[in-house]
Amino acid sequence: MALRLTKALSQAALTLLVLLIACFGLTRLAYQNPAAMLAPRNATQEGIAAVARALRLDEPWYQQLWYYLWRGPDVQGAKMGLFNWPPGLGYSFRKQAPVTDLILDKIPVTLSLVAGAVVLWFAWALLAGVWAAKNQGRWQDHLSGAVSFVFMATPLILSGILVSYVLFYQLTQAGWPLFPSSGYVALTSDPWQWARHLALPWITLAMVQAGTFQRITRGAVLDVAGHDYIRTARAKGLGEGRVWYNHALGAGLNPVITLGGLEIGTMLGGAIVTETIFGLDGLGRLAISSALDGDFPVVIGTTITAGAGIILMTTLSDLWIAARERRPLS
Amino acid sequence: MSDTLSLPGRRARIDALSFGLILSGLVVAAALAAPLVAWVTGHGPTDQFRTTGLDQMGLPMRPNAEFLLGSDGFGRDVLVRVLYGTRISLIVGLPATTLAMLVGTLIGLVAGWSRGWGDQLFGRFMDVMIAFPFILTALSLATINRGADGQPRIPPEALVVLVIAGFSWIYFARLVRGITRSLRDGPLVNAARVSGASVPQILWREVLPVILPKIAVFWSVQLPANIVAEATLSFLGVGINPPTPSLGNMIADAQRSGLYQVQPWLLLGPGLALFLAVAGANILSAGLRSRLDPHSALRV
Repeated sequence: MALRLTKALSQAALTLLVLLIACFGLTRLAYQNPAAMLAPRNATQEGIAAVARALRLDEPWYQQLWYYLWRGPDVQGAKMGLFNWPPGLGYSFRKQAPVTDLILDKIPVTLSLVAGAVVLWFAWALLAGVWAAKNQGRWQDHLSGAVSFVFMATPLILSGILVSYVLFYQLTQAGWPLFPSSGYVALTSDPWQWARHLALPWITLAMVQAGTFQRITRGAVLDVAGHDYIRTARAKGLGEGRVWYNHALGAGLNPVITLGGLEIGTMLGGAIVTETIFGLDGLGRLAISSALDGDFPVVIGTTITAGAGIILMTTLSDLWIAARERRPLS
Repeated sequence: MSDTLSLPGRRARIDALSFGLILSGLVVAAALAAPLVAWVTGHGPTDQFRTTGLDQMGLPMRPNAEFLLGSDGFGRDVLVRVLYGTRISLIVGLPATTLAMLVGTLIGLVAGWSRGWGDQLFGRFMDVMIAFPFILTALSLATINRGADGQPRIPPEALVVLVIAGFSWIYFARLVRGITRSLRDGPLVNAARVSGASVPQILWREVLPVILPKIAVFWSVQLPANIVAEATLSFLGVGINPPTPSLGNMIADAQRSGLYQVQPWLLLGPGLALFLAVAGANILSAGLRSRLDPHSALRV
C-alpha cells in the first residue's frame, strides 16, 4: 500500500509540476504586452514600466520560472512563488490585491455549490441507475432512460435558466417564494438560508451529470448482476433491495468512482455557468469577470486552482479503486 | 442507450439510427436554409427593425406574420438568428470534432504502437492534458488573444475551434491507442509482418480498418459535446461575439435581459435548436454504435 501510495502521489506531483510549467508558458505569452494584460486601465507609460519592473519581466526566462515556482520578489508586499503556503499566484493590478487572497475569498461559495451538487448527483444517479437495472426492460427502465436522455441533451446553460424560471419565477408568481433568485449566505452564519440559497444551483449542476451517471450505474450494475455472488446473496435469503443496492451496486461501483472523480474535478467549469445564472459570487464568477476584464493573473490563478482540483480528485479516485481492488495501480 | 429507442407506453419502435438521421438532417437543413429564410423574409441576422420589430414600449414582438418567432430586444428576427446560430454551431462543431479525430487518431496510433518509454511518456502527457480545466483554459486563451487595442489577434471562431479540438483529441487518442495496443501482437498484425509489410503499411492496411468504425461512432459522440462546448463559451462571452448570432450568446442575451419572460421564443428558439442538435446527435451516435460497433465497451 505504501508503494502504491508513493507511486500515485509522485505521478500526481509530476502532473502538477508540468501543469504549472505550462501555465508559466501561458503567462510569459500574456506578459509580452504588460500594458494590455496587467496594468490598471488608465495606467501611464511610467505605471506600465513600474509594473514590468515589479514583476522583473526583463530578467531571463529561467530566472522567471524560478520566481514563479519557488520564490519571487514581493509584489506590493504580497509573497510570490507557488511552492509556498498559501501559494503565491500573482498579483492583480486591476483589483489591487494578491490573486491568492481573491481566490481564497471565493472558494467557500464554490465548494458549497460543488459539494451539494455532488451529493444530489450521486444520490439520483445511484438510486435511479440501480432501479433501472433491477427492472431491466420494464417500464421503469424506459422511464428512467427517457429522463436521463433529456438530462443528457439539455446543456447547463439551458437547464439553469429553466430551473430558475420554473422553481424561482413561476413559484414566486404563484405565491410560493420557496427559493431566492440569487445570492449566497455563508454556512456558518445561517445553515438553513445557506441551503435555501443554494438549492436551485445544486439541482442545476447535479442534473447535467445525473443523466450520464445514471446510465453508467445501470450498465455497471447489469455487468455484475449475472455473477455467482449475486445468486449467493439471493440464496442466503436477502431481499431484492439489499441484493441490488448493496451487493450489485457495491461490486459494480468502480467505473462510477473513476469517472466520478474526474467529473467532480472538472465541475468547476460547470460551476462557472451555474454561478453566472444564479448570481453566486464564487470562483467561477471571479474567473469570468476577470477574463472579460482582461485581468490575466486572476484567470490563470483560477485555472491553476481548478487544475490542482482535477489532479486531486483523479488521484483520490485512483487510490480508492486501488484500495477496493487491493492490487497495484496500473 | 439501447439499440432501439422505445417510448414508454407505446408499441411503436423506431430504429435509433433512422430517427437520429432524421433529427440531425433537420438540424443541418435548418442551418443550410438560414440564408434562404433571411432572403425570403428580408431580415438579415444582425439587421435591427426598430419600427416593426419593437412595440411602442420598445419591447420585443411576439410571433406574428412578419416575425414568425417574434423579435428580440433590438428588433432582430429571432427565427433568422436561430437558424444562423445553428449554422455557427455546426461551423464550429464539425471542423473541431473532425480535427480532433484526425490528430487523436494519428497520435493514438503512434502511442499504441510504441512500447517502453514512448508509451510511458504518452501516459503522463495524457494526465497533464486531462488536468487542464476546459472552460478556464479557454478563458485564459481568450484573454491572451486580446491585443493591445482590445481587438482579438486571431478570429474568435478559429480560436474556439482550436480550443475545442485541443481538448477533445485526447479522447480519440486514448480510444485509438487502446485498440492499437490490443491489435499490436495479434494474428492480423503478425501475419502482415511475416509477409514483409512495413510498419506504416501495417498501420494503414491492418489497424486502421479496425479502428475506423469505432472512431466514426466516437466522432458522433463527441460532436454534441463540442456543440455544447461552443454554446457554453459563447454564453460566457468568450466564444462567438455578438452581434454574430450563436445559440449560446442568444441564450445569454435572453437570460441577462430577462425579456424571455415577455417573449418566450427569445429563449425557446435557441434553446430548442440546441436541444434538438444535441439530442439528434446523441440518438444518431447510439444508432451508429449498434450498427457499426455492436460489441463496444462504451456504455453511456
